[in-house]
Amino acid sequence: MLRVPRLLLILLVLAALLVACQPATPGPTPTPQVFVTVVKEQVVVEVTPTPGPVEGTILVDGSSTVAPITMAVAEEFQKQYPEVRVPVGISGTGGGFKKFCAGETDIQDASRPIKQSEIEACAKNNIEYIELPIAFDGLAVMVNPQNDFVDCLTVEELKKIWEPDAEGKITNWSQVRNGFPNRPLTLYGPGVDSGTFDYFTEAIVGKAKASRGDFLASEDDNVLVQGIAGDPSALGYFGLAYYEENKDKLKLVAIDAGDGKCVQPTAETVANGTYKPLSRPLFIYVNRARADQKDEIGLFVKYYLENAKQIVPDVGYIPLTDELYTLALQRYEKRIVGSVFKGEATVGMTLTDLLKAEQ
Amino acid sequence: MLEPHLERRKVFGRVWESVALVAILLGVAVLLILLVRVFLDGLPYLRPQLFTQFPSRFPDQSGLRSALQGSIWLMVLTALLSFPLGVGAGIYLEEFAPKNILTRFIEINVANLAGVPSIIYGLLGLGLFVRGLGLGRSLLAGVLTMTLVILPVIIVSTREALRAVPASIREAALALGASRWEMVRDHVLVYSMGGILTGMILALSRAIGETAPLITIGALTYIAFDLRGPLDIFTVLPIQIFNWISMPQEAFHRLSAAGIIVLLVVLLSMNALAIWLRNRLQKRW
Repeated sequence: MLRVPRLLLILLVLAALLVACQPATPGPTPTPQVFVTVVKEQVVVEVTPTPGPVEGTILVDGSSTVAPITMAVAEEFQKQYPEVRVPVGISGTGGGFKKFCAGETDIQDASRPIKQSEIEACAKNNIEYIELPIAFDGLAVMVNPQNDFVDCLTVEELKKIWEPDAEGKITNWSQVRNGFPNRPLTLYGPGVDSGTFDYFTEAIVGKAKASRGDFLASEDDNVLVQGIAGDPSALGYFGLAYYEENKDKLKLVAIDAGDGKCVQPTAETVANGTYKPLSRPLFIYVNRARADQKDEIGLFVKYYLENAKQIVPDVGYIPLTDELYTLALQRYEKRIVGSVFKGEATVGMTLTDLLKAEQ
Repeated sequence: MLEPHLERRKVFGRVWESVALVAILLGVAVLLILLVRVFLDGLPYLRPQLFTQFPSRFPDQSGLRSALQGSIWLMVLTALLSFPLGVGAGIYLEEFAPKNILTRFIEINVANLAGVPSIIYGLLGLGLFVRGLGLGRSLLAGVLTMTLVILPVIIVSTREALRAVPASIREAALALGASRWEMVRDHVLVYSMGGILTGMILALSRAIGETAPLITIGALTYIAFDLRGPLDIFTVLPIQIFNWISMPQEAFHRLSAAGIIVLLVVLLSMNALAIWLRNRLQKRW
């Protein structure tokens, strides 16, 4: 007697659940339309050039190195345009490009240019992007302040220390240069997923991600600061911003790119390219189709490039030259898509030349 | 002859007592050191702005308004969703399910799921909720993922609480003509509610500190606006704390210590609520 109704009840509940779920399942769509941005004034804006109150959401994700800059710009931008919401995610440059090339984000923060594999991924999903440089970052090589024998290292010496063949072999400072004391060498560096690691290995060893594995790695640069500050035989590298905040605990090493001149990373030497090969440009990539659909993206990008000069130093990075910001803005307004780096090595080229070549 | 080495055994007993004491003292000492350090670092930043301001590049103007909103929303919605599902599943498995191979299979799986690392649930949530159902990086996707993370814990603790009710109470109800459901509703649930709620809140306490699954499904790091609803993008306290602690400036590290204090307070008040509910709802048979 009781069995039939109970079974019926279960079926009923299941049916109700299914019905309830139906509207929520539009099927797997490659481009989620979740962050519906309502640009009510879109038509009006297009007819009359006077910018009305713009609203919407601009989704940014990507590099943890670039994030502080984008966050700072977003902070100021949202003060001026309170109806536009600019959330910033930190998925790393690689993780961010996966989302960007799947069409899940509008703007991508990148601490290195887009790679060939990512160019292909974007092409597969018909995502066109505009590549814009927004600031410089210097990679600082550091030792413990108690280290009194290292002031300057050549790129050759750094390569000798960091190349994959050095693993387990170069373990003493005396092996780095004749005359260095017999003291163990301990190494500190960023984790292998970071753009900083990619850039350093490419600049020093000659191939991205080619590095010895026996160093202390951390995704958190503060851990590296602590490590080098507490270890008299340490050598390590990370972004200049972290050195600036810990000058008393660390000793900066000047870099000799092979021409006999030892250059310390400063705002000036990084910006004019004399600190080489460890100064790198940072980028944002803008989804072209979204930029055409959503006016607020254009506003944000314009605001970014026009105000970066003031905001970038606040968060510890080095602004580009005025000329570069102008070139970048032109590039955006002309909607020049693709990467000037063509997915290849980037060390040692000047941005100005690359951008000008395209004009 | 009955107690051949009485003296030696007493000495052994005392040795073990002191070893156990050292074990607990070590744990407490480490906890105290951590707490004192966090409080010393964070106290100056525990001020109203911490709750009213959005994150900023200037530590003095920074707050965790958006993160606190996200965490509270996440907790409330997760609780609303996981309570009926978890407790319902627990009641069915314990009181109604026939004792056969299928039930045993489900039971073993639920127990195992309780030990699965949360990042696995994050990947599941990314595939199923974020992309499959097209919820995107919304709070709702986070809530559903978090519900999955804590469901096994709730089911297991619900069953434990139900099992603690003596069989004689069930038999008495049935003997007086109550149906199975009446027996569960009017007797078993009443006596086990304290235990069920404790398990529920401990599970939620786990959820509030979870970061990995939320980062996987795409919770954001920097949000400077109020949450508009369950379909909006979001961030939570642990993500904000992590973001601050990885900044180069010392002031942000102190700010993150303040964030840790807020998270601790939320967590401890949830535990206190659990204890209060247990004491209030506990009925003796």
